[in-house]
Amino acid sequence: MAGHVAELDSKTLWGGKESPFSTSYGKLMMWFFLVSDALTFTGLLIAYGFTRHDVQDAWPIGEETFNSMPFLGHGYPLLYVALMTFILIVSSVTMVLAVEAGHRMDRKGVIKWMIATIIGGFFFLGSQAWEWSHFIHGSEFGKIELADGSQAIVKGHFGEINNFKVTIAGSEHKKGDVIKEDLLHTFHHAAVLGHIENGMIKLHDGSVAKINKQHDHDMVLIVKKAGKNHVLNARIEGKQAEKMYYESLYSGTANKVVYGADLKDNEYGPQQYGQFFFFITGFHGFHVFSGVIINIIILLGVVAGTYHKRGHYEMVEKTGLYWHFVDLVWVFVFTFFYLI
Amino acid sequence: MERDDLIEYSLHTHHSEEKGKEIRKKIIFVTILLTAVTILEVGLGAFIKQSNAIWPFVKWSFVILTLFKAGYIVMVFMHLGDERKWMRYVILLPYFIFVLYLIFIAIWEGLAVGQAWETYGF
Repeated sequence: MAGHVAELDSKTLWGGKESPFSTSYGKLMMWFFLVSDALTFTGLLIAYGFTRHDVQDAWPIGEETFNSMPFLGHGYPLLYVALMTFILIVSSVTMVLAVEAGHRMDRKGVIKWMIATIIGGFFFLGSQAWEWSHFIHGSEFGKIELADGSQAIVKGHFGEINNFKVTIAGSEHKKGDVIKEDLLHTFHHAAVLGHIENGMIKLHDGSVAKINKQHDHDMVLIVKKAGKNHVLNARIEGKQAEKMYYESLYSGTANKVVYGADLKDNEYGPQQYGQFFFFITGFHGFHVFSGVIINIIILLGVVAGTYHKRGHYEMVEKTGLYWHFVDLVWVFVFTFFYLI
Repeated sequence: MERDDLIEYSLHTHHSEEKGKEIRKKIIFVTILLTAVTILEVGLGAFIKQSNAIWPFVKWSFVILTLFKAGYIVMVFMHLGDERKWMRYVILLPYFIFVLYLIFIAIWEGLAVGQAWETYGF
């Protein structure tokens, strides 16, 4: 008898007379795992909702925060996230087609559709990397603290910085030098430290330079934290907005402006917003990443003919379940994080 | 080793080419449906501002459309609709019981926090 154990086929693994729900052990356990994982994500999203109502300052609005496209710039509300959602839905479709091909014992079909699924997964991961990078680096304007203590996000077109012209020499730059490299980064860095005053920038080597910057256009300040003079969600436009923005930015005081996001602070809204963004999309992205890796491992098994010899492609079906689950979670993240 | 006391289950029931065609048709139908719903959601999100009077209606339609999409993904893509009835319940019931409880607790605690604010100030 012992010699036959290795030949036992998977349907005997339950050991009893019948298989519960006419399902294999592996598939049912995958479902139970997905239920527990779904509860984790539900917990995260409900905590997000609770925090959102708990916080007094204005919560960022999806179409204001996420309105950029690669190569195209600003002004495309939610389009990029929609594209990501579409990519993930399509890769879910190619996965279900792979499962269907498996039911027909069509090995070539399974290989074809699984490769498509893996490519879709990589596209999604790449999109998320871009999104994170964009979120972390932030806009050219940042979030500004106005003179009355209120905080506002800034929309509009940032006038390009042409150069810095050194007026007081430091340890590196001589008087009359014209600096043309890494301007925006230097500008942001100095603004956060409070090293810009009246159009003059103090550089890291102690030199002082005049900022040659083109004019901004269509500037709008949207108040996200009320102060003495401005209520929540007030919009300040035109010359008035520019005056108030530069009064603050060029005041020579540190921490008047926030660019981009980290776990401590972000330019979009309350601290918790950035934390939830990183945690929820990061946790989901980690699931996508594991899904892609698992798909690759199963694909290798398909190519090697392991499942064909076994007589069924249930392994493809099981990874398929995981992959669809990842898509399912994104549908909810998309709604609760970006749309509402 | 042959065992005659075992009942066959779905693992070894492969389907034919014609059945496959039917299934693929359904998959493509669901794909178009999910894409259309996503486009509709993005359109609503991009064009109706949160300050608009009908925003609460839009917000709840997002939730309903999302549950609609989720239903199709779970029932068709994940084949839960093709499984035995009691397997569906074993998967879905515990989940919904926990989630409804979690939502209840979040709202209940939220009301308590709101009341504390009103009583003691921010």
